[in-house]
Amino acid sequence: MKAVLALKDGTVIHGTGFGAIAENVGELVFNTSMTGYEEALTDPSYAGQILLMTYPLIGNYGINGKDRESNRIHPPGFVVRELSRDYEHRQANASLDAFLKQSSVPGMQGIDTRFLVRHIREKGVMPAIIATSEKDIDVKRLVERMNRFDYSSVDFVKEVTVKKAQVLNKGGKKKVVLIDYGAKAGIARELVARGCEVHILPASASAGDVKALEPHGVVLSNGPGDPAILKYAHETIRGLEGYRPMFGVCLGNQLIAHAFGGDTFKLKFGHRGANHAVLDVKANKTSITTQNHGFAVGKVPKGFEVSHINVNDRSVEGLRSGNKAVFSVQYHPEATPGPHDSRYLFDEFMKMM
Amino acid sequence: MEKPKKVLVIGSGPIVIGQSAEFDYSGTQACRALREEGVKVVLVNSNPATIQTDRDTADYVYIEPLTAGVLERIIEREKPDGIIATMGGQTGLNLSMELARKGILKKHSVRFLGTGADAIEAAESREKFNRLMEKIHVPILPGKVVNDAESAAKFANANGYPVIIRPSFTLGGTGGGTAYDETGLRKIMELALRLSATGEALVEKSVIGWGEFEYEVIRDSRGNAQVICNMENVDPMGIHTGESIVVAPSQTLSDRDHQVLRDASLRIVHAIGIEGGCNVQLAMNQDTGDYVVIEVNPRLSRSSALASKATGYPIARVATKIALGHSLPEIRNAITGTSAAFEPALDYCVVKIPRWPFDKFPKTSRVIGTQMKSTGEVMAIGRTFQEALSKALRSLEIKLPANLNPDEHLYPATDLRVFALLESFRRGKTVDELHQKTRINRWFLSRMHGMIGMERRLQKEKMSRPLMLDAKRSGFPDAQIAALTGVDELAIRSLRKSMGVVPTYKIVDSCAGEFAALTPYYYSVYEQENEALPLQGKKVAVIGSGPIRIGQGIEFDYCCSQAAFALRELGYKSIMINNNPETVSTDFDSSDRLYFEPLTFEDVMNIIDNESPDGVVVQLGGQTSIALADRLASAGAKVLGTSIDGIDIAEDRERFRELANRLKIPQPQNGTASSEAQALEVASRIGYPVVVRPSWVIAGRAMEIVRSDDDLRRYIHEAVDVSQKRPVLIDRYVDNAIECEVDAVSDGTNIFIGGLMEHIEPAGVHSGDANIVLPSIRLTDAEKKTIVDYTHRISEALGVVGLVNIQFVAKEGVIYILEANPRASRTVPFVSKAIGIQLTKIAMAAMLGGKLPKLKPKTGHFAVKSVVFPFLKLMGTDIKLGPEMRSTGETMGIGKTFEMAYYKALLAAGIRLEEGKAHSAFLSVRDEDKKDVPKLAALLKTLGFAIYGTLGTVGSIPGAITIPKIGKGHPDAVELIESGTITLVVNTPTRGGAANTDGFRMRRASIEMGIPCITNISTAHELLKAMGELRKKELDIRRVDEYAN
Repeated sequence: MKAVLALKDGTVIHGTGFGAIAENVGELVFNTSMTGYEEALTDPSYAGQILLMTYPLIGNYGINGKDRESNRIHPPGFVVRELSRDYEHRQANASLDAFLKQSSVPGMQGIDTRFLVRHIREKGVMPAIIATSEKDIDVKRLVERMNRFDYSSVDFVKEVTVKKAQVLNKGGKKKVVLIDYGAKAGIARELVARGCEVHILPASASAGDVKALEPHGVVLSNGPGDPAILKYAHETIRGLEGYRPMFGVCLGNQLIAHAFGGDTFKLKFGHRGANHAVLDVKANKTSITTQNHGFAVGKVPKGFEVSHINVNDRSVEGLRSGNKAVFSVQYHPEATPGPHDSRYLFDEFMKMM
Repeated sequence: MEKPKKVLVIGSGPIVIGQSAEFDYSGTQACRALREEGVKVVLVNSNPATIQTDRDTADYVYIEPLTAGVLERIIEREKPDGIIATMGGQTGLNLSMELARKGILKKHSVRFLGTGADAIEAAESREKFNRLMEKIHVPILPGKVVNDAESAAKFANANGYPVIIRPSFTLGGTGGGTAYDETGLRKIMELALRLSATGEALVEKSVIGWGEFEYEVIRDSRGNAQVICNMENVDPMGIHTGESIVVAPSQTLSDRDHQVLRDASLRIVHAIGIEGGCNVQLAMNQDTGDYVVIEVNPRLSRSSALASKATGYPIARVATKIALGHSLPEIRNAITGTSAAFEPALDYCVVKIPRWPFDKFPKTSRVIGTQMKSTGEVMAIGRTFQEALSKALRSLEIKLPANLNPDEHLYPATDLRVFALLESFRRGKTVDELHQKTRINRWFLSRMHGMIGMERRLQKEKMSRPLMLDAKRSGFPDAQIAALTGVDELAIRSLRKSMGVVPTYKIVDSCAGEFAALTPYYYSVYEQENEALPLQGKKVAVIGSGPIRIGQGIEFDYCCSQAAFALRELGYKSIMINNNPETVSTDFDSSDRLYFEPLTFEDVMNIIDNESPDGVVVQLGGQTSIALADRLASAGAKVLGTSIDGIDIAEDRERFRELANRLKIPQPQNGTASSEAQALEVASRIGYPVVVRPSWVIAGRAMEIVRSDDDLRRYIHEAVDVSQKRPVLIDRYVDNAIECEVDAVSDGTNIFIGGLMEHIEPAGVHSGDANIVLPSIRLTDAEKKTIVDYTHRISEALGVVGLVNIQFVAKEGVIYILEANPRASRTVPFVSKAIGIQLTKIAMAAMLGGKLPKLKPKTGHFAVKSVVFPFLKLMGTDIKLGPEMRSTGETMGIGKTFEMAYYKALLAAGIRLEEGKAHSAFLSVRDEDKKDVPKLAALLKTLGFAIYGTLGTVGSIPGAITIPKIGKGHPDAVELIESGTITLVVNTPTRGGAANTDGFRMRRASIEMGIPCITNISTAHELLKAMGELRKKELDIRRVDEYAN
């Protein structure tokens, strides 16, 4: 199978296709995790992003259907150096190739992925189009299609949030509302593991919808896209000010900034991986974290302090309100994939409720 | 914490199996990390062939024996306020613990920096460790610490065989093993208890066949911890990780599996209280997901060296900063300039393969298991597993047996298992069949199967650019493609280049390209972007020496590293090419640019094509690099130093003989033979005894002294495979002569003789195994003058530029030349340390056209080089010495007198006869040595030894106790040795190689009892003389620079 990847700046790469025969646009991003491709592919935060794995051998342990963060693949394309067609793991029940095929997502392999990583590092993330075909691919037509794509103008949250409210672990000792902007399953899993009854609400839920459930606390999930355009979310969060303890994860962190008068900016190529250290400013301790974000908090909202920072680029990794009732982190304490070092944040949230 | 002012760093001593060059690397990094913060470093190591013992590396260098007594004296002299226990391997760790236990550290107010004594104790004592693991709910293997065989058997009967036995506090699993039944168990227990530092051993249920994983963890004093690298053993549990093919990162773990093992590793280092680096070994049953922790090493290790080189993360450096009280986020990652607080991300695959010494020990079993037998290792990097594996295999520089029967190597595994797997696939075996047989994960087997698929394609398909590219991306070297397609290597090389299939070089940057790298290193792949744009300015490439092996050890890495340092001083940029992950030469900041690549013609020439260096240094990397000289030069590389023709004259016996004749330098009579008949004819012409050897060898491989036609026939049939292309060399063996050698540097006009050394053993013992003294003690002035004169004549005639080593024998006033090698010898570091002049540095300047400066070697002292052997690790090996080199490492002793230097060198090599203890010697010597026995006995008596011996040896010695031949009465020699009565054995072996002689059994018994066994009468004599001189005197302990006048 043939495959083409065309980038906004004119770079065109030919490789070998796998997975589905399709063509999709998206912002090209890279992830440096060496394991966890099933979790990454099912992470809704990758909606609208063609995902490139920097680790060159992908597919080695197959797909098991358990390590999923949602019920489908979200990135519109998947790029690796070498797809492992043989796989070996006690839990595996399908190959990565079959998983992509079944989900109608195109894959591409056999190319110099490190070149692309360095290219993005230098030039920043940019729109791209991936196409797979048994026949020759018309690059010109692809480029035209890509040129119409603008990542920051699309509300991807709408595409990935639950259509209607759901309840998990009914009868749990604490009632938590999880507003789903594209939540990874891991967030609800951590809450349920701590005995919470979790009400998952669509992203469009209003403050009134939340209060109607009389929860002990509110969790704002991760999700895709530019946080600045999600005005409806900012409004809901503002409406919950001073209501109950609130915990934001990733996009949740950025939305809190916007809701309370801060802002966000787009990082040149984001943080995506499972190896960045984050410093807990007060405890003066580091955790190795799972990260997946293309935007970071710029202006810190009034009444908030920076609780965590990235040790490499000093970017904001966590916010905390003066009265401590609202806190959020830019990374993924639920892990999956990645280190479990930050799960303690869920324990802190439990203590606050 | 207050920063210390002066820190003691203990090295790991001579290279032995299980403890190799990695501790020069970690110790050197530690020294640099300390000194850049203004902390003074006191460095102690008995191994001169180390960068850490250079004055450039440490402030106060002691080349002294590594014993607690010596270290206490050094502490008294230097008054350090801190000690780092974790940089010198098990040796450094055990010594530090001994100093702590004896209260010496407390007495002198020396505190542990980094991981402390309690943490070390918690990790190293099996009982404490097991209790701790239970407390933190990390599963361990059912096991029991025992101090007798009875309890071990009871445990095994209750838990079922097989069981693994590990003695506590030993190195590389020495004395351990897997017992499948009670007989085996009792046998292993006996040795294990004897070798355990604490008299205890651990018996554990075996998990043979489980996946084996290692996590390299680093933790600071604030409790920040992170995993630097996880590694997966391709060979599952049952084979020591040092003996396994290892891949980084893990390939078969899902993220869920990985996080389980990562969590466990972090819990462990927190519980132990590590402040620095730690290696955690885990096993996972990949059918169920169950796991156990096998053990931890609370120090820098061979695995941490591998992890550092595999990721680009300098573990030793960061561990040292942690020991000084810094936290991980404060420390800078020297590769990227970002913080050291992160977990490296790899965007390539690393494969390590051990290098074994079985070519040197044909009589020992090639089976590998829980005890280390390998001497070194190679590492290769690729973007696919096949590519990395293929590059690692060719980095080994080994020749496969002509008819490899794969079934003999699969299970139990031998060193050749990976080749046997490939051959099995070639013969049609399936992945499942081989998985059943070896338990190797099917994923790895599938990749190997794929490599055979590529072989088939190359044999069948017409060559095309896509096929060539596929083959190169699978790691296939030109030579193999050539062999499979029936053309020669150079034809493939030019075809490949004409197709535009040339390597690109990628960076090892610790972060998968996320950040720009400041001090990266490179590996080749066949992809789109070449990141190694040629270095700007004047530059020279240094070809390294590859894996540590017997005959080509750390000495050559020392020389290559020195050359890189010298190039900087000379205003050149240095480009290092090597594949050994343990060494200083492959440290990220030793050279301006490092290529982690195999050392074959193709791989090296590709780099030269990429860089176009102003010169290539081939004379420092031992046989590995010099063997490439001719082909590199033909391909257009500018080889620095001695000309290709000069090298050829030195190596071609016929041309060298002509040269010696022309220069009127006597040579032992010699000849070349390519058949048995010819060999007999040559031998009869020159007369027995003769030395025979194959024509092209490293360190005397398969070399033997032969004394009759029958012996010669046997040698021709058994030992070598003689042919027209591979003749044998036959030299007259000069009996009872003094062997000596010279290390010199020439700039093409002037020659500087660094040292004229004399062997303590008579000619015939390989120079690498001999005890060597500098300056000479027995040669007459006239003899010395002749040697100097010959050195000048030979160097001039060969056109030597750079280093040269020339070997001579002196007999009755006549000096014979044995050989000249226009390259670095293994004594270069020893001589450099002895005279206080770094020979490699001046050689490097000479190679670049510089004139030799006026040099003034330090004098007024003696230096002795002694050696250590791997006999304990290699069961069934006879320990006698001959013209074939068998030692793994060396020690150096320095003194104002020869005796002091000699005694300290032997003490450092492990020959220990404590004072104040009753000593008994057992003597049994061959007929030609019997005349020397009375003198030896007299010396022993003065020293208070009781003398035992065989009737033939001590029958005429008054007061000696005569012991019956083995099996002819009780107690016999072996029984006496095993009972612990004997503390010194002097046994000089008779000729022949039989493994069942009395002498052989005596020598093995003494090795296994850990008592000195001396197999050469001269060595014994000089040792006892030295002991006599030094009796009641204190050891002379000084800094290296304090010995000279």
